[in-house]
Amino acid sequence: MEWTPIWLSLKLAAVTTFILLIIGIPLAYWLSRRSSWLKLIIEAMLTMPLVLPPSVLGFYLLLSFSPNSFLGRWLLEYFNISLVFSFEGLVVASVIYSLPFMVSPLKSALAHLPASLAEASFTMGKSRLETFCRVQLPNIKSSLWTAVVLTFAHTLGEFGVVLMIGGRLEGSTKVASIAIYDAVDNNQYHEANVYSLILFAITFVIVMLVFILNRNALRGPLE
Amino acid sequence: MIDISIQKNIKTYKGISRLAVADLIPAGSVTKVYGPSGAGKTTFLRIVAGLVSPEQGRIQVDGECWLDTSAQINLSPQERKAGFVFQDYALFPHMTVRAHLAYATADQALIDRLLLMGKMENFGNHKPQHLSGGQQQRLAILRSLALRPKLLLMDEAFSAMDDELREELIAGLSVILKEFGTTTIIVSHHAHETIGFADRSLKID
Repeated sequence: MEWTPIWLSLKLAAVTTFILLIIGIPLAYWLSRRSSWLKLIIEAMLTMPLVLPPSVLGFYLLLSFSPNSFLGRWLLEYFNISLVFSFEGLVVASVIYSLPFMVSPLKSALAHLPASLAEASFTMGKSRLETFCRVQLPNIKSSLWTAVVLTFAHTLGEFGVVLMIGGRLEGSTKVASIAIYDAVDNNQYHEANVYSLILFAITFVIVMLVFILNRNALRGPLE
Repeated sequence: MIDISIQKNIKTYKGISRLAVADLIPAGSVTKVYGPSGAGKTTFLRIVAGLVSPEQGRIQVDGECWLDTSAQINLSPQERKAGFVFQDYALFPHMTVRAHLAYATADQALIDRLLLMGKMENFGNHKPQHLSGGQQQRLAILRSLALRPKLLLMDEAFSAMDDELREELIAGLSVILKEFGTTTIIVSHHAHETIGFADRSLKID
């Protein structure tokens, strides 16, 4: 059995989660503040990957990243980057696909924090950034863990989008979920079973970790 | 001296009403603000702190202009640094009592003094959820004092305390406010809460 698909899945999930943590926190903060039509439209767009069939999203990403498209051609000409059938392409697709799993829990947690917490900090002379880092962020710690785990686990289990964008290139885009599908397709049930068990065990350990870390939180660990 | 003149439309359950307040508050005084529910007492405090902007108005604190809508001056809450005791206390759930005060000041001697005054010297390592309602309210007051504010705004700041504790706290508070030269505006629904503390009053209706 090849370990590369497992390693690739873990790498993809880790890189995607890290990027989404950097993008998701400020985005969730911005969305949690006063609503506007613009925010409503952006939030609806961000939520689309939750309800859209992965193959549809993958298909449009494939068209967008293809060297025949404006974006694909621009990336290739100016940066020599081809996102189709590459690990980098998988990362970009996963970031888009898993974005709501990072942003939604964070936005919800920030919106539910009493406004007076930040206001108290402001009256003490603290800036918005300091208030966010020292008051708001520590008080949404459990939601932060939840967002990280949901994003990581969701990326780990990606299939449709990954298959459309990356195909199944050994060593670069053939992640564990595709390896399982291929193994079943080739009647290698033992191999499929081992891959599945490993993914199951990893996901279970991560989810358990969140339940342990959030055991004292008032809200449920995955709320 | 604090010169306040503000006007703001506020939404109430009866519809839109107009909050209009004008007052000259002597430096170092304690002004009790009273009036019917929904009159805009809390909004008034929030306007003074810079958390809400009025349609029209002017606020001068010891000669410094905090707000002048005609000149488009409106200092942020961070620039005004008015001590604010929130009605819901606005304590930080992840911080201990001592960390709350350290968030406002680096002066350890002042922190120790405030803890002593609030009878909270044995609760320094407690988080708000492990304090009683009265202790939480005292912590909110102590935190606002740790700033050594020019102006202290208190919204129902004594409501969770029994008479004895409130009187003791007021005695300590009066000394420290005098020492800091702090002017205080306190909103209170109950006349007896500010007896021996407020020396003037302002009606909002």
